[in-house]
Amino acid sequence: MSKIPRPHQSLMERPGILAFILLLPTAIIIFGLLVFPMCSSLAISLTKMDLLNPASAKEFVGLGNYIEALKNPMFWMTFGKTWYFALLTVSIETALGLSIALILNQNFKGRGFVRGLIILPWALPYVVNGIMWKWIFDANYGAFNALLNQIGLLKSYQIWLGNPIAAFHIVIFANIWKETPVAILLILAALQSVPKELYEAATVDGATGLQCLRKVVIPMLKPVIMVVLVLKTIWALKEFDLIYVMTKGGPADATNVLTYYIYQNTFKFLKFGYGSALAYILTLAATILVMVYVKNLLTEQELES
Amino acid sequence: MTNLRNDDNDRMDGLTESIFSQRSKKRKLQRILLYLAVILICICILAPYIWLIISSLSYRVDLTAIPLHWIPKKINVENYRQIFLSTADSSSPNHDLRYGFLNSLIIAGSSTLICLFAGTFAAYAFTRLNFKGKKSFYLLILITQFLPLAVLIIPIYIIMKDLGLLNTRLALILANCSFILPLMVWLMRSYFTSVPKDLEEVARIDGCSRFGTIFRIIIPLSTPGLAACGIFAFIIAWNEFFTAFILSSTLNSKTISVLLSEYSSKVGIDYVAMASAGVVASLPPVIMALVFQKYIVQGLTGGAVKG
Repeated sequence: MSKIPRPHQSLMERPGILAFILLLPTAIIIFGLLVFPMCSSLAISLTKMDLLNPASAKEFVGLGNYIEALKNPMFWMTFGKTWYFALLTVSIETALGLSIALILNQNFKGRGFVRGLIILPWALPYVVNGIMWKWIFDANYGAFNALLNQIGLLKSYQIWLGNPIAAFHIVIFANIWKETPVAILLILAALQSVPKELYEAATVDGATGLQCLRKVVIPMLKPVIMVVLVLKTIWALKEFDLIYVMTKGGPADATNVLTYYIYQNTFKFLKFGYGSALAYILTLAATILVMVYVKNLLTEQELES
Repeated sequence: MTNLRNDDNDRMDGLTESIFSQRSKKRKLQRILLYLAVILICICILAPYIWLIISSLSYRVDLTAIPLHWIPKKINVENYRQIFLSTADSSSPNHDLRYGFLNSLIIAGSSTLICLFAGTFAAYAFTRLNFKGKKSFYLLILITQFLPLAVLIIPIYIIMKDLGLLNTRLALILANCSFILPLMVWLMRSYFTSVPKDLEEVARIDGCSRFGTIFRIIIPLSTPGLAACGIFAFIIAWNEFFTAFILSSTLNSKTISVLLSEYSSKVGIDYVAMASAGVVASLPPVIMALVFQKYIVQGLTGGAVKG
């Protein structure tokens, strides 16, 4: 390749310099808005910074905030709730995504239409999703109460979002409704890359539909299912919008997950130092998963080339 | 005999007829179950959203009736009218929504353009140029995509406050770029890899500069990819809530999502107004996603399951 005469062998044509120019806008954004804040956050987490008290920013406390968090039962409660939320939503979304993708992979009339429809919950803004479910589960006029009442399952209207256990699971349900489409689309895309000959070979060998599924399809889908599990868990750990709109962490902290707890401490109680330390703990949990993702699930190709 | 499995079972002999009729009965049952499942899926997806739309067009009387009137007796478009046409002194809770709509449009549009611009250049450098630190910079971009916003928002809030950018659209545009750009670089890179290198070489021999090849060859050849990325980015930016909520407290920069979230905090909510506001906020992304669904699916699947 290097034998090809380069007509414009000017400064701009040197790969290093050109790359520098091309990457400059991205580098400014990445370093200015991601790398620098990450470092700055770490520094803040080591201080007693409190917005109400400007002098506090310089008060170095070392790992004090982290120790305070680990000693605080409230932290452990939100941490546990975060994982409960993540594990429940992700496992249901993956199972549901796999089943629906298998159904939509069959031949039926209107398949294109239904596949298009799948995208609707994904496209809905998070806040709209929140107010929609909040309205459906409304204590006085909600459609859920009305439906159960009219088919005779419920005598009197219930205050669903006022019950700690019900409220948390309704938020989980709303999240599953919105997030399952991504799992369906990812698995559907992978299903289409399963070679037809594989099915045919298995059927000729006398495999039933279910055997075909277990022995042929699922093993082929293993990589994409891993991607769905890891990516979704990373996203589920950050859930905030639905909880803010639907329950504000209540009732009685029943839906207080870690991101909401960080928000409360930082932007309501203005304890920036403590909030940053909490955020770093969350990041650490997410980073472990990201490492799993980058190490095992990204193909070498993706990183090399 | 291997043909027995084919659908074409019109001409079968007497011996196999009974086996086939059993089999076709079973097949028929499977078809019915399949269609039932598909209908159930459609209902689950559509019912909540359709209920939001019906609520937005109802009068309070119908919505608060027990038993509930699922189909309103009269259609109410007053709330939609208030969102876009009411006068300045209107007391409707929907009055401010138009500012939020405009803010969302400007913020999502600008972040999309910036990310497309920066992302195209960066993705080109990553696919076609060799330079020091390429792999580590790319890995950095990949990883930053997964950082929880909660850890970034605290310093970003302080930076914006120091720069006097709180409550400005610029702050939100920049914040959006921080999480959309990594995704764009990642997606666009996979489109550029599919553009053949030969074409570029030919153009370079003909005297085209590197920048020339980007604008004359790479960009025109990956227009579908760029469009997919753009639509994808716009929807993500439009739907973003957390940073907008933290960084804006006035109508100068509050997005439609932020305004909408305030309905849920008000005492004595006007349900019809809230529902219509929700429908208006969801229309741009929902329409875009349904119209350009092929692109969106590419965007969603392209990034995560390459290879």
